[in-house]
Amino acid sequence: MLTRRSLLGAAGATAAFGGSALGLPKLLFAAESASAELSPGVPAGIKSYVTMATLPGKKPLIQLSDRGPNYEAPLEYFRTPITPNDEFFIRYHLSVIPQIDAKTYKIEVGGDGANGQTELTLDDLKKMPAYEVVAVNQCSGNRRGLSNPHVAGVEWGYGAMGCARWKGARLKDVLAMVGLKPEAIEIAFNGADSPIYDKTPDFIKSLPVWKAMDESTLIAYEMNGAPLPHFNGFPARLIVPGWTGTYWMKHLISVTALTKPQGGFWMNPAYRIPIGKFPVVARFTSQEYAPNTPITEMVVNSLITSHRDGAKVKRGKVTVGGLAWDGGYGIRTVEVSTDGGKSWTDATLGQDLGRFAFRPWSFELNAKRGKNTIMANAINTIGQTQTATLIWNPAGYHNNVMQNITLDAS
Amino acid sequence: MRRFLCACVAMMIAVPALAQEQQIKLKAGPGLDKVEGNCGACHSLAYIEMNSPFLDHAGWQAEVTKMIKAMGAPIPDDDAKAIVEYLTKNYGT
Repeated sequence: MLTRRSLLGAAGATAAFGGSALGLPKLLFAAESASAELSPGVPAGIKSYVTMATLPGKKPLIQLSDRGPNYEAPLEYFRTPITPNDEFFIRYHLSVIPQIDAKTYKIEVGGDGANGQTELTLDDLKKMPAYEVVAVNQCSGNRRGLSNPHVAGVEWGYGAMGCARWKGARLKDVLAMVGLKPEAIEIAFNGADSPIYDKTPDFIKSLPVWKAMDESTLIAYEMNGAPLPHFNGFPARLIVPGWTGTYWMKHLISVTALTKPQGGFWMNPAYRIPIGKFPVVARFTSQEYAPNTPITEMVVNSLITSHRDGAKVKRGKVTVGGLAWDGGYGIRTVEVSTDGGKSWTDATLGQDLGRFAFRPWSFELNAKRGKNTIMANAINTIGQTQTATLIWNPAGYHNNVMQNITLDAS
Repeated sequence: MRRFLCACVAMMIAVPALAQEQQIKLKAGPGLDKVEGNCGACHSLAYIEMNSPFLDHAGWQAEVTKMIKAMGAPIPDDDAKAIVEYLTKNYGT
């Protein structure tokens, strides 16, 4: 058994990161406001302890756990298509998140599927041709807490996601420096985070070569024009537009070309969806073992962000709005129903920041005195829609059930 | 790893205020010490309250087994049994 002392040590290191000159974090707790920020439907146990917490360089986030660090963004942070860095959610499996010195930071590139090997410093990365993409980073388990029946895991509500403008080098350009062998099938990624106990599997993920070579897949060193915040992967992380956050390795320290499927816990049995249950196009065939397959691209989804369920409004014109996104096909329409789904009207789409970005939308509601219901359904350019009922699965992934909120007008 | 832990312990001694841990007070009861000592060694005890109250005995057993088999947690058999009993009784359905 590990000792209490080692526990405190690791916790201290985690909490201490990156703060003020003294290294002391400023954690502001506010239990009352945190309970109000929880998404309706998450397990009741969360209310008994949850607080808002302010990590260095961040605004208050819903602190689901500090070890590993899991902090959800409240609904108010989703009223713009770009999520500011200090409002971006935080998600780790492991608890030891080292502070990295950008001057000595290196990424090792190689593997048995590569012709050679090399090391890249942050400066090397910045000297390469730079590309930008605006892309949604959404945890695979976003909305897991809304699963009915509930499933075990980090019980996220609506806020384990964000959208930023990422800048970095293309992964394909990095791979070209070493050259891939024809028999390379996957590219594996490791980050600098590590477990407290050394027998816990390190968090390593892989991508199929085709996705690694996609021109939108980047190793990013900038987020919204600034260096990445520590808890979002400083100094460089993988950006895998369209795919869920599990592949977006933070604090990237190695890129390894493989000739055999990566066999770690975090590829199998973790992060799996039942084969055939979800309408996903992107497949990861070298990791497909019946009855399940790795989660890949995000399903089409939307979130009403202008109002909470049960919000009080004045009768008459009320602008209801939110965000929509998908796995990179792009949003075609967001439709809204005020009669429980019998009839639908197209919402007005806002600024288009690209097919991987949050797409804002809005709708003018003529609110009548009393209860007004609003449903939203996003449709992407390949005709996929949100679902009316949950496609339940053991890990609680891909929850894109249409919301149905009530506004109370007086 | 060991070197890392030593460094942390040294830091703790130097600046005790560093460990501003999330304050989680689990329900009192038989087995709580085993939960704090084993589960709390690697992760926040918030995971227990967060995952409640919807797991039954089999559900909590599966979680503890996962921690031992998949995550490598060095939990003695007797402790594991006490942990599952505690979680089922205090944080189960």
